[in-house]
Amino acid sequence: MLSIKNLHASVEGKEILKGINLEIKAGEVHAIMGPNGSGKSTLSQVLAGNETFDVTSGEITLNGDNLLELATEERAREGIFLAFQYPVEIPGVSNLQFLRTAVNAMRQHRGEDEMNAAEFMKLAKDVSRQVDLDPAFLKRGVNEGFSGGEKKRNEIMQALLLQPKLAILDETDSGLDIDALKVVSDGVNALRSEDRAILMVTHYQRLLNHIVPDHVHVLAGGKIVKSGGRELALELEERGYGWLGIKDEDASN
Amino acid sequence: MATTDQEVNELIKREYEHGFVTDIEADTFEPGLNEDVIARLSGLKKEPEWMLQWRLKAYRRWLEMDEPNWAHVGYPKVDYNSISYYSAPKRKEDMPQSLDEVDPELLRTYEKLGIPLHEREKLAGVAVDAVFDSVSVATTFKEPLAKAGVIFCSISEAIQDYPELVQKYLGTVVPHSDNFFAGLNSAVFSDGTFVYVPKGVRCPMELSTYFRINAANTGQFERTLIIADEGSYVSYLEGCTAPMRDENQLHAAVVELVALGDAQIKYSTVQNWYPGDENGKGGIFNFVTKRGACLGDSSKISWTQVETGSAVTWKYPSCILRGDNSVGEFYSVALTNNYQQADTGTKMIHLGKNTSSTIISKGISAGRSSNAYRGLVKFQPGAEGARNFTQCDSLLIGDRCGAHTFPYIESKNKSAIVEHEATTSKVSDEQMFLCRQRGIDPEQAVSMIVNGFCKEVFKELPMEFAVEAGKLLEVSLEGSVG
Repeated sequence: MLSIKNLHASVEGKEILKGINLEIKAGEVHAIMGPNGSGKSTLSQVLAGNETFDVTSGEITLNGDNLLELATEERAREGIFLAFQYPVEIPGVSNLQFLRTAVNAMRQHRGEDEMNAAEFMKLAKDVSRQVDLDPAFLKRGVNEGFSGGEKKRNEIMQALLLQPKLAILDETDSGLDIDALKVVSDGVNALRSEDRAILMVTHYQRLLNHIVPDHVHVLAGGKIVKSGGRELALELEERGYGWLGIKDEDASN
Repeated sequence: MATTDQEVNELIKREYEHGFVTDIEADTFEPGLNEDVIARLSGLKKEPEWMLQWRLKAYRRWLEMDEPNWAHVGYPKVDYNSISYYSAPKRKEDMPQSLDEVDPELLRTYEKLGIPLHEREKLAGVAVDAVFDSVSVATTFKEPLAKAGVIFCSISEAIQDYPELVQKYLGTVVPHSDNFFAGLNSAVFSDGTFVYVPKGVRCPMELSTYFRINAANTGQFERTLIIADEGSYVSYLEGCTAPMRDENQLHAAVVELVALGDAQIKYSTVQNWYPGDENGKGGIFNFVTKRGACLGDSSKISWTQVETGSAVTWKYPSCILRGDNSVGEFYSVALTNNYQQADTGTKMIHLGKNTSSTIISKGISAGRSSNAYRGLVKFQPGAEGARNFTQCDSLLIGDRCGAHTFPYIESKNKSAIVEHEATTSKVSDEQMFLCRQRGIDPEQAVSMIVNGFCKEVFKELPMEFAVEAGKLLEVSLEGSVG
């Protein structure tokens, strides 16, 4: 589904990604782990089309189509979804309005009719319950005054609503207590399906106890230095990153 | 995430859609202003002698006045002798008695503007007065309003038919000596709207005036007077557009509101005068004096304005809170783009006991525009227990525009309470990235973010206008993604 070949990307002239190669098939769950500053978040932002980053060489294709030629919103409509690490607030714009606009943009792209307000309200309420959010939150401003946990649940709710082909989860576990982690993980597991791929970016392995990946990759210095199965994450938890020759100031976790 | 400058520019650059000119035969005065012109204007309108004397007095005072220069705007000096002070569609006979007698070309103009007068009359339940250049061409819904005792007509008719009401209140809220533009207006105002709501009457429908400047090289000087008698209520809306012309055109209106005891006036404006082109050429100079007097106890005046048009805007809808427990409100959205300049805000003058006022101002600047909020909150010695809440928020789009806030507070009463909040924010790259990552077009994203920013003001607008205002923002913002 997703194919990344020799991807180099930089921000303000500083190279962050230094030759990433990655193949993700439909139905698979991949985890990218690595210490802070290794380029994990950059990779997710570049995939989603954040124009702050310059792709200097390499290629990314989604089902054979060149992703790099598409603008952010076009990539989203082709099925790329990014759950943000730090979702931003949009004051005064209700969640309901925001989500409905997004859903309808996708539907329009697929040549489907727009959903009317009543239909959408019903759908949104169902999905918000799935991530344990009170439907009352739909009337609040986008991420306005949300707790960290609410923001993360809101991101997963959006993934459930938009049903992407590839869901990229950027540190979705950070800042969550154990109960919220469970809710978010259940949401992500509900997303798992044969025709959808999930790419999780995480610093810690604890998320992987709840969402068991098919493949684990270690990113360091802008490159994937090691790939393996589920057991690689457990080994990292036990031994830290040091044995791979990687320095990690947060290794105590 | 930075959207490129080019995208930004394309978004801002949406053409003004009301820029057409109506080809209609008009009687237009030669440019120039003197006592003879005023006498001719007054004569043409068959005004009583007192009205002519009132105008001449204002004119003589105006000659001694200076144009204000304290506003945060710059514009070429206006030559007041190069402007024509009267232009009216030529009519076969006198005033049309019904819509059927109105020139079909004029009706088509209003239809193009989205104000089909006929349909409004039948369907929308909003009574409309349409002012074209210097004269009122049609007023709808006269009969049901008359049944309720509400007078809704052009000011010219009111001078003929209700001279005692006009004489009692005209110039009492905005005297001709108030400021340069009010003085000029008092001398040469050509038409406008008059509303009187009798005691205890709740006006059965929204009243609305659409102002249209059509003729070249003319100024529009309309005069609006609204009187809400004791315990009455009226909601009034005004909308304005003008053709695209390379020369600047002057619009200097005066609006006076009078609320007697327990009366309420809600006054909403959607101002979309031609703003000039993307290089700042042409556009309307909108120099307007709007003021309401809460004369009676527990009266209330509420101003809501959405200002997206004009090359230069100079406008401060204000409230004089004379009655005890009276309430003044000002809700404003001012959007400037390209080279537009706006200096707008309000004055809340607290005289009575326990008077309260609320100011919510939302300024949006895009392109190379400049947007200033200027507000005065004043508590006189008698304003025991008075209070004000002010919130001024500025939103910047791109990095070549400016936002300024000039709040003034003067308190001569120690018991008065003032709260003031101000914020400045940008449509951030992160917000844009979030929207676009969810499949939303950049243009739609900006419009959504700006609408969210203005929500507190839009919710004050009557439903019909709220939708219009939202759309107007979208149009005015096209090309502003940054």
